[in-house]
Amino acid sequence: MSAAILSLAEAIEHYVADGASVALEGFTHLIPFAAGHEIIRQRRRDLHLIRMTPDLVYDQMIGMGCARKLTFSWGGNPGVGSLHRLRDAVEHQWPHPLELDEHSHAGMAAAFCAGAARLPFGMLRGYVGTDLPAHNPNIRRVECPFTGEMLAAVPALNPDVTILHAQRADRAGNVAIDGIVGAAREAALAAKTLVVTVEEIVDALPPAMNAIVLPHWVVGAVVHCRGGAYPSYAQGHYARDNAFYRHWDGIARERGTFLGWMEEHVLGTRDHRAFLAGLQQEAA
Amino acid sequence: MNACTRDEWMTVAAARLLRDRCVCFVGIGLPSAACNLARLTHAPDIVLIYESGTIGTRPDVLPLSIGDGELAATAACVVPLPEVFSHYLQAGRVDVGFLGAAQIDRHGNINSTVIGPYDAPKTRLPGAGGAPEIALHAKQVFVMLKASKRSFVERLDFRTSAGYLDGHGARARSGAPGGGPRAVITDFGMLAPHPQSEELQLVALFAGASVEEARAAVGWPLAVADHIDTIAAPSALELDTLRALNARTREAHARPVRIPL
Repeated sequence: MSAAILSLAEAIEHYVADGASVALEGFTHLIPFAAGHEIIRQRRRDLHLIRMTPDLVYDQMIGMGCARKLTFSWGGNPGVGSLHRLRDAVEHQWPHPLELDEHSHAGMAAAFCAGAARLPFGMLRGYVGTDLPAHNPNIRRVECPFTGEMLAAVPALNPDVTILHAQRADRAGNVAIDGIVGAAREAALAAKTLVVTVEEIVDALPPAMNAIVLPHWVVGAVVHCRGGAYPSYAQGHYARDNAFYRHWDGIARERGTFLGWMEEHVLGTRDHRAFLAGLQQEAA
Repeated sequence: MNACTRDEWMTVAAARLLRDRCVCFVGIGLPSAACNLARLTHAPDIVLIYESGTIGTRPDVLPLSIGDGELAATAACVVPLPEVFSHYLQAGRVDVGFLGAAQIDRHGNINSTVIGPYDAPKTRLPGAGGAPEIALHAKQVFVMLKASKRSFVERLDFRTSAGYLDGHGARARSGAPGGGPRAVITDFGMLAPHPQSEELQLVALFAGASVEEARAAVGWPLAVADHIDTIAAPSALELDTLRALNARTREAHARPVRIPL
């Protein structure tokens, strides 16, 4: 069985339903922005968003009213400051309340690993001396049956859909990732369905014995989407647009400028190519 | 010595704490600058690990994010994030964890989660990230943050990462494997835990800073060690290296990125 090769609009239409739990993973690198924007265009609602670092992509989805719940471990604009839309949702329930399921990176990594292995919970020596367990009933303690040591336990994460961006796939749908991978592989294998947008689809993947390869039979759909991680990056293709990340701070700070920007650049564009063309025109 | 800013002095003082060849888990921001300054001066073989899974990285410019491509391209190896937290950090392979924070208390506990109540926060901060387990497992922890009564507080709004908990051995009794915060570098000098009470006390001042200045900047009655060291001003090499690093970084981050159409 090969993975389906779909357009992005088709993939979101087929695989992301209102109310679904959705993980758009990629740790700073390979963040699937195009997919996030398409979810916004298709006006999905009540999503349970899962991502270690919500980043700008979830700031946008939360601000546009796609989310009811967020599972995360670090919610800032890296190196810049706050995610203002996430903050507005938590501090002022705008555009509506957002339930938080908050972890540390190590805890969330363990939850993805458990999900990938179809174990009920992940385990770590963690959360000692922190207030997180007092506010999140999903962080508990478990006793080692062999030594009696008390360890932290977190329920497995098994998203309905995980969406990744990757450098390339072949025509059968095998997916290869280079560079920083974060918990992308674990999030991919934890999901009920995996959708991957890629920079390019090639006849055959170059041999790479120890690169991260997701075999075609765990991949639900592959979408050809150049620039699909912009303004994050795709190692070997384009760099992270750090200036855009700084610029976002000003766009997202106020509801009006945020909505105006999203209307113009996301809702007002047909697809990711048009989104990028609009930004390029603005920069020229 | 030519004039330097307190920010620069802080970074230089923090860099000097790092030994060559030590394995250092690096937080973003001020710690990242200090760790790379150490690598570019007295500690060329320091092993820098960022939580993005980049191990032994030697960036030419400071990353804006914890996962900039520069970190991967100059790393000895890049491993998945679950591996860096479980097989390296949790396994006890990290000598120094270098963290920033929004708030710190007298026992070196850290808040990076919320100001105000968790369920109705006045200010929602980014949250924990890697910090709780870095603070837990690293053999020792260094913390860098600027001092004010809002950042050095009597009582944290939220304890994100453990320092010495309530002091007097509470951390060791909690089963925390790592050694806890051994130094807090701030813009008047340095605090370190008292050997028994584990309360942070003033142990070093920048030349020109005073005990009164330190006490005025801290939100609890600051204890002072029997002997206070003076932290030497940055050397020409340290300052030139730091300024060149910052200049390269500014230039790189301002460079327009080609939109991938």
